[in-house]
Amino acid sequence: MDTTTENPAAPPALQPAETDKGAARGASRPGDRVFIGLSRGSGIFVLVLMAAIAAFLTYRAVLALSKNEANFFTTMEWNPSGVPPQFGIAVLAFGTIVSSVIAMAIAVPIAVGIALFITHYAPRKLGGTIAYVIDLLAAVPSIVYGLWGALVLVPHLNGLYGWLDDYFGWTGLFAWDGGPARSLFTVGILLAIMILPIITNVSREVFRQVPRMHEEAALALGATRWEVIRMSVLPFGRSGIISASMLGLGRALGETMAVAMVLSPTFTIQASLLDAGGGTFAQNIASKFNEATEMGRDALIASGLVLFVITLLVNGAARLIIARRKEYSGANA
Amino acid sequence: MAKRIDVSGLNAYYGSFLAIEDISMTVEPRSVTAFIGPSGCGKSTFLRTLNRMHEVTPGGRVDGKVMLDDENLYGPGIDPVAVRREVGMVFQRPNPFPTMSVYDNVAAGLRLNGRYKKSQLDDIVEKSLKGANLWNEVKDRLNKPGSGLSGGQQQRLCIARAIAVEPNVLLMDEPCSALDPISTLAIEDLICELKERFTIVIVTHNMQQAARVSDRTAFFNLSAVGQPGKLIEIDETERIFSNPSVQATEDYISGRFG
Repeated sequence: MDTTTENPAAPPALQPAETDKGAARGASRPGDRVFIGLSRGSGIFVLVLMAAIAAFLTYRAVLALSKNEANFFTTMEWNPSGVPPQFGIAVLAFGTIVSSVIAMAIAVPIAVGIALFITHYAPRKLGGTIAYVIDLLAAVPSIVYGLWGALVLVPHLNGLYGWLDDYFGWTGLFAWDGGPARSLFTVGILLAIMILPIITNVSREVFRQVPRMHEEAALALGATRWEVIRMSVLPFGRSGIISASMLGLGRALGETMAVAMVLSPTFTIQASLLDAGGGTFAQNIASKFNEATEMGRDALIASGLVLFVITLLVNGAARLIIARRKEYSGANA
Repeated sequence: MAKRIDVSGLNAYYGSFLAIEDISMTVEPRSVTAFIGPSGCGKSTFLRTLNRMHEVTPGGRVDGKVMLDDENLYGPGIDPVAVRREVGMVFQRPNPFPTMSVYDNVAAGLRLNGRYKKSQLDDIVEKSLKGANLWNEVKDRLNKPGSGLSGGQQQRLCIARAIAVEPNVLLMDEPCSALDPISTLAIEDLICELKERFTIVIVTHNMQQAARVSDRTAFFNLSAVGQPGKLIEIDETERIFSNPSVQATEDYISGRFG
């Protein structure tokens, strides 16, 4: 505990009267020692936990990968128990990223809109009510979203799919074969609804913290309400919106049950987002884990490791974006 | 350019609370008028009625008349946004947009008002920063964030931002209260230069400052907490500080209360 040595230059008059050993040094009081130990231990515990998870994933993954006869990153097949074992994550990576991107594209604008409405447009009572309802949305378990998605959302999307096919089918992305709507696009919509509350709540808190004086600065220049939002609220909330989106993205990337219940999985990559098929990391693990052999489980864990790495990369990228604009963030104003 | 402000029978409310009552005064163009008075007497509230900023506070409303030359700011069909483009404001704490560069801060009001060519913007930004006595200090860092300047520089940046749109009136709400004496002096010098071009109204708690910068001084007071603030008197600054016609003014200025 060399951080709390006594200041040698302190005038003697300021020294405590009693000179019992240790009594004058704050750090050696028992309460401080316990607290330092606890907080330092908690910090170390998190690191150890992360390292343990990474080590476990890596160890089991290496077991499987060493026996894999196919390219792990490009193979569009999942047959770890075959002879020879062949499996790859191309389909899972594609499905996970595409469904999450769709979810983000839908959820972020709506969530930011709701958050702005609650904080800057709605009368206080209405805003409070909406915020409460959004909180409730966050409390719904994902299995319930999955049930609702499979039983309500899927059958009701045919109209939208037909419309998308009519007008945007030529892009290839929105071509539809008329089959059940158990596709990556539907998964994206469902994930969007699921991540909406967290993005809304975090953005709302950030928008609420915009200093009044920044908004008044814009108002006094003759800014309309929208211009105030554009000039002071959104720039101030920028890094918060990014963090909120990343929290949402993290949930979308890892969502399991709801995806597994809605998607009709196939090991194919298809250009159309609307045709049934595809898969995600989490969904694939959930649906295969129970019946998997030892080798099969190791292969699934290897795919889990990739998801882990993707999540880390996404978070790192978000931090970079935030850090790059730090001097403009308003944190020092 | 500079316009005359003529206020008559103005009341301002927060919800049902009457904050200032029945204020009438005239502010001459190209002059500095200082508002002094104890805290809570409504001088800032009154200032904010002059550019319709009072009503952005929840529950804030105003009745009465504020004439800017021959236009009633509270007349029917008057857009408060348009009023604020005509009546600029500088706040107590320097509030440059933290996410914008020095340049963009000054150009912010112009960009709201319409389209300008890059060269036009450059000219106006330079002219405004020179007008705010800030150009020499920031000309090499126009693209750096405005929040990186010192407090006094930030406040002059805010003044540059306000005068860039060529308002008719410039309102200042205790512009020096968060600044050190040297920055305060810089702002006071600036106020004296700016009054050649603008009608300036300044709220201040610093009576020496009122005496130094203003041509006329208005004294506000309230009879008790919870009572509305009132304009006690407005007169030539010299007279207010030497021989005011109301006893309460003299008591306040000589430090006997408030």
